Amino acid sequence: MKSGLVVVVEIVPDEFALDVARRVNDGNRFAGLFATSKRDGSTLLLALICDERLMTMVQTRLAPGEHSYPALTPLVPAASWYEREIHDLFGLEPVGHPRLDSLVLPLVQGEELRPRPGNGLTDLGALTPDSSPLLGHVAGEGVFTIPYGPVRSGVFESIEYLVETVGEDIVHLRSRVYHKHRGIERRFEDLGVNEGVLLAERVEGTVSIAHAMAYSQAVESMTSTELPKSALLVRVLHAELERIVNHLDTIIRHTEGASQAVGYARMSLHKERIMRLRSRICGHRFGRGVVVPGGVSGPLSCDAVEVLRDIEAINRSLTSDLVALMTTPSFLDRLRGTGILSDELVAAHGGLGPLARASGLEQDVRRVRPYGAYTFLDPKQISPPTTGDALARQWVRLEEIDQSFALIVEVLAQIKELPHGPWRVEIPVVDGLGLSWVEAPQGELLYLIEIESGRLVRVKPRCPSFHNLSLLPAAFNGDIFTDFVFIEASFGFSVAGVSG
Amino acid sequence: MAWILRGLRDGIVTTRYPRRSDGYQNGFRGAISVVEDSLGILSEGQGFRHDINQEPSISSLCPSGAIIANEDRISVDRGKCILCGRCVEARPDIFCFESSTEVASVSRKSLVVPSCIDDDESLPSLRSELAKKVRILRRSVHVRHVDAGSDGSEESEIWALTNPVYDVQRLGIFFTVTPRHADLLLVTGVGTAGMIEPLRNTYEAMPHPKIVIAVGTDAISGGLVHPNYATGGGIGDILHVDVWVPGSPPSPFSILHGILLGIGLLAGDNEAGNNKAGDNEAGNNKVRHNRAGSDSTRDAKFGATRRDD
Ligand code: SF4
Repeated sequence: MKSGLVVVVEIVPDEFALDVARRVNDGNRFAGLFATSKRDGSTLLLALICDERLMTMVQTRLAPGEHSYPALTPLVPAASWYEREIHDLFGLEPVGHPRLDSLVLPLVQGEELRPRPGNGLTDLGALTPDSSPLLGHVAGEGVFTIPYGPVRSGVFESIEYLVETVGEDIVHLRSRVYHKHRGIERRFEDLGVNEGVLLAERVEGTVSIAHAMAYSQAVESMTSTELPKSALLVRVLHAELERIVNHLDTIIRHTEGASQAVGYARMSLHKERIMRLRSRICGHRFGRGVVVPGGVSGPLSCDAVEVLRDIEAINRSLTSDLVALMTTPSFLDRLRGTGILSDELVAAHGGLGPLARASGLEQDVRRVRPYGAYTFLDPKQISPPTTGDALARQWVRLEEIDQSFALIVEVLAQIKELPHGPWRVEIPVVDGLGLSWVEAPQGELLYLIEIESGRLVRVKPRCPSFHNLSLLPAAFNGDIFTDFVFIEASFGFSVAGVSG
Repeated sequence: MAWILRGLRDGIVTTRYPRRSDGYQNGFRGAISVVEDSLGILSEGQGFRHDINQEPSISSLCPSGAIIANEDRISVDRGKCILCGRCVEARPDIFCFESSTEVASVSRKSLVVPSCIDDDESLPSLRSELAKKVRILRRSVHVRHVDAGSDGSEESEIWALTNPVYDVQRLGIFFTVTPRHADLLLVTGVGTAGMIEPLRNTYEAMPHPKIVIAVGTDAISGGLVHPNYATGGGIGDILHVDVWVPGSPPSPFSILHGILLGIGLLAGDNEAGNNKAGDNEAGNNKVRHNRAGSDSTRDAKFGATRRDD
């Protein structure tokens, strides 16, 4: 790894959890815990700890045949889902973990299929899926359990919820994401570096640009090749369009939930306009194929001046509609005070993206650890309300839409000056480990990539939705049943990115 | 109040598709074809020659195994193609983008282009089978969606059908929240192990006749995600599929085309599988350049087409 922002620390398995916990208690942010299976049968465990600018990788190795280690979760609760995921995929037991239910792998109890990404073994066999329904936790008089999913009512990604209520009040929420587990991490293995980016675009299809960027940056981080400014600008143009679309998506869900028919129509019209603009710029409505290791696939397929004109037109009419929406009392009432996440909880969890910013945690990777063109562009500071409710999360997204439009205007002005590229440079493929980060619309997206003999041996995307979604049950305190749709929408997560 | 007036602000933005074609509909890359003058046939003396043993081989250009190159023929399986454009970039003499979005078909086989004579034999029977189901349908059609392991983008494009531009309600197409009212099932995603049973349950709960549409390359063949311990190669192994809509993801126009095909609102010649290389409308739309080129997207009008009468 060439980046000066990452340090690696080796530690013995028994002290791993203690060391990580000490760093977190010192005020650093827990950014994730990952595992990799090695060909010799050992397993590498790797925690990422982040202070303002520096990423520390704390690493430990479990010898072949060793299947347990002292759990991190009792000391760092934010590690819970990570340890459950590792338990699912690697069969490792974090000793002392409070609840090791399946998270991403729909396995029948007792079944021993473990994909163990990283070891290059093929022929895993096929899953025998568990199809038993989620069971309730809360017992007592008047408790109703309402199952939702995995097939949702409406056009949603599959996810299963169990809402436990007493009267109208939601007292407990459980969720399960594993139905749509696609085994995506194993699928990366043995792909060439240039094919891998196509799969990365499909890890979370609604944020293809963020994934292609993070993937490519991880590959690029292993060399010292400089990317041309023109290519970096095109990346940011697409990334910011993607951010606007994703933020509009959550707003559309809110208007749908609040039965704001005209608001729904207006917002979804604006979204369609941006999707069309994106396809005009590159031939694909989600920008797939644009970002590749070494740069971008080519120039804009239409004139930057034209794009600028359209962007300004969309911005004007969107802004005016948003002002109207955000002064509609019946709409605001549904969001105000709904799904509150406390500052303390979000800080302790190391929450990411708009969700964290709505609870007072400034965690914008574009600003704290700038990458690509963000090193010379300056996303303007935003100062949204930090009341931690669905309304605050909405305000953050609105301010970010504004911020994105400003960035796009700036980027287009600069692209205009560089009509001839260059768009892509040859990247020497070197063996090693690469780590990268991108501020996706949902927050910090991480990619860990290992290359051996020019092929991918391990790719681990860490989607912000995965990190944030474990906060969902905490957002239901004193909320009533009809708030459910707003709380879920305000998280703005992608299930594909969580289930892997 | 003000909100109502806002609804009128941009005039009528709704597309007239399928009654008239739409300016945007053919404005971006919808499918891959084999270049006309090569006709996919590899023989001495024709405009295009290709050595099956050359390295790298033609089929290895494709990361998702969609290119079939054997001794006498090159074809592309659109049911596997993720539209990455790598083939067009490397061999623009053989492959090209087609800008049509009418790419759905009632026959899985006919997603392989250029189509062979014998592949097409199944088409009439598939069509009449579908027509029989459709005859029983009421005038309006209720649609249910199940995600069987998508990347999330297909949902976004299906959802777009309810925006004022596509506004499928004008065609009598409604999304329903319960399978018991559904005539038509849209399935997205590769068909993960965990979704097989929930998908079957939804299907079982639908009344007859039920029409199933596989939305997207993942749902058709597993796309780039397959093969894998957790996934099947598309939903065709789980359910009987009536209409196949390729694309990664398919655009709203492609999905709408698939739905209309499924409910018999299109004449047979609007169907992708009915087109032979070289003698169809879409064939004339071929755009021969790679993504760096610019004219394929230039015609697409920004925003929605307005009614002009
Ligand atoms: S566009 Fe990509 S996926 Fe489709 S045939 Fe060409 S190389 Fe294969």
